[in-house]
Amino acid sequence: MSELIKYIEDPILDIKNLSVSYNRDKYAVENVNVGIKKNRITAIMGPSGCGKSTLLRAINRMHALYPTIETKGQISLNGQDTSTMSDIILRRKIGMVFQRPNPFPTMSIYDNVIAGYKLNGIRIKKSERDEIVEKSLQDVTLWDEVKDSLTKKGSFLSGGQQQRLCIARALAFRPDIVLLDEPTSALDPIATKKIEELLIELKEKYTIIMVTHNMAQASRISDYSMFMYIGKLIEYGKTKNLFINPVNKKTEEYLTGKFS
Amino acid sequence: MISLIIKTKKYLKGINTRILKNQIFAGVVFVFSFITISPIVLIIYKLISKGYKQINLAFFTEIAPDTYEAMIALGNNKIIPGGILNGITGTLLMVALASIIAIPIGLLIGIFLYENNKKKYANIVRDITDIIQGVPSIVLGLIAYFWVVKGITHGFSALAGSFALGVMMLPLIIRSTEETLKMIPETIKEAGLALGVPYHKIILRVLIPTGFSGLLTGILLAISRIIGETAPLMLTALGSMGVNYNIEKPTSAVPLLIWEFYNDPNMVDLIWSSSLILMIFVLILNLISKHIIAKKNN
Repeated sequence: MSELIKYIEDPILDIKNLSVSYNRDKYAVENVNVGIKKNRITAIMGPSGCGKSTLLRAINRMHALYPTIETKGQISLNGQDTSTMSDIILRRKIGMVFQRPNPFPTMSIYDNVIAGYKLNGIRIKKSERDEIVEKSLQDVTLWDEVKDSLTKKGSFLSGGQQQRLCIARALAFRPDIVLLDEPTSALDPIATKKIEELLIELKEKYTIIMVTHNMAQASRISDYSMFMYIGKLIEYGKTKNLFINPVNKKTEEYLTGKFS
Repeated sequence: MISLIIKTKKYLKGINTRILKNQIFAGVVFVFSFITISPIVLIIYKLISKGYKQINLAFFTEIAPDTYEAMIALGNNKIIPGGILNGITGTLLMVALASIIAIPIGLLIGIFLYENNKKKYANIVRDITDIIQGVPSIVLGLIAYFWVVKGITHGFSALAGSFALGVMMLPLIIRSTEETLKMIPETIKEAGLALGVPYHKIILRVLIPTGFSGLLTGILLAISRIIGETAPLMLTALGSMGVNYNIEKPTSAVPLLIWEFYNDPNMVDLIWSSSLILMIFVLILNLISKHIIAKKNN
């Protein structure tokens, strides 16, 4: 563990002794202890297969579907143990955006944004729905581009627009935390730049945790960075410090491109 | 220098033989593909040329004539009166009933196989599905005879016919459902999960709508597969002279009528027109499902 940060003062998300294993002998994530600072962007870096996506998915319990995956440890959100929350409550508070844009292909842009309410059978007034859709799309700077074609299918949008639509879908629940799993790896540089700018804007309202394969991206937009290696959290600190003055030798090797 | 020229010449000769081989192969492929499509063209030509005379409004609105009426018409060199209304309504009734039996069960089993892809029990179900697909339709008719005709309706009935047809539809729907769901990217499912949507709702509200065209295609192809079945209906629905909507009573069907017309020397002319109608049914169903697939791929 890094000497840079021992703990974060009142973290919005507190992960304690988290281990995830796909089968009994091998841990994909091993004994991770970390606190996430509110209204900041935290990047999770590391080579392929180091467990960064697994860690991210453990936070909103995406593993729950696969009975062979075992998760141990405690995660608290705003001081409350998440294991006491139902899936739907937890995922309303912690939204997620994936590597590839995945709007629901049969739904219109409008329905995609409101999908979380619709599919969960949460009934709200039409005026409220309209407001949520407009606000969420404005949050992701997509409103002006799509306001005249809300009834069109989401799959007609470009890749970058689709990804922003997916972020809007996650934001529609007004979550505390947004998890992003390499959100720009399937996008071109221009769309990537737009998403990065968007994330910097979004951190005023939301806490963002992002897995990225791209070190330059982490250094550009994140406030805190984690470096993981073979399932372990090697180093965690303010991005600036971690990039300029890594404490652990492995981190330094990774950052200087000795391995990837 | 000279050796280079010789080499080039040899090389060019090689190219010519290769081009020739290629042309021969392309020719063979063309000939065989032509041989494959020619039967269907000949069938349709024969059906239209022999059957068009009998097709008029009455053919769709009147029930099958009796042999005496047909004989008189033939003697006067007129077209045979009456139509195949009892066959059309019977076919529609039994296909609808078979669909009501087979579609929900088929979809559910398909979803089950997709969800439990690698489990042992799923493999057994999958194997049995394949076996059902291979069972001769007359055998299914026999089973329906013993289970439904003797056991439930105590007499030949539309229900028994629908049961046999429904069992024939099952494997096709199960397989197409499973294959369709497999084609849907995992990420769509994850998108639903990340919104906290319960799993059964993801299946009902996300996966099924996303794969709807594929599921519909499977159902249409299954219907077009059973609409012309004759053998199982002979042992179950038997046939009927009039229009029947009672599922516990014997019922006619277009393929059954064709068989009856075949066995009556006075009504042979009706075979062609009835076959033409049946063929058009099947063609329309196939074209619709082709259209759906093409639309989906765009």
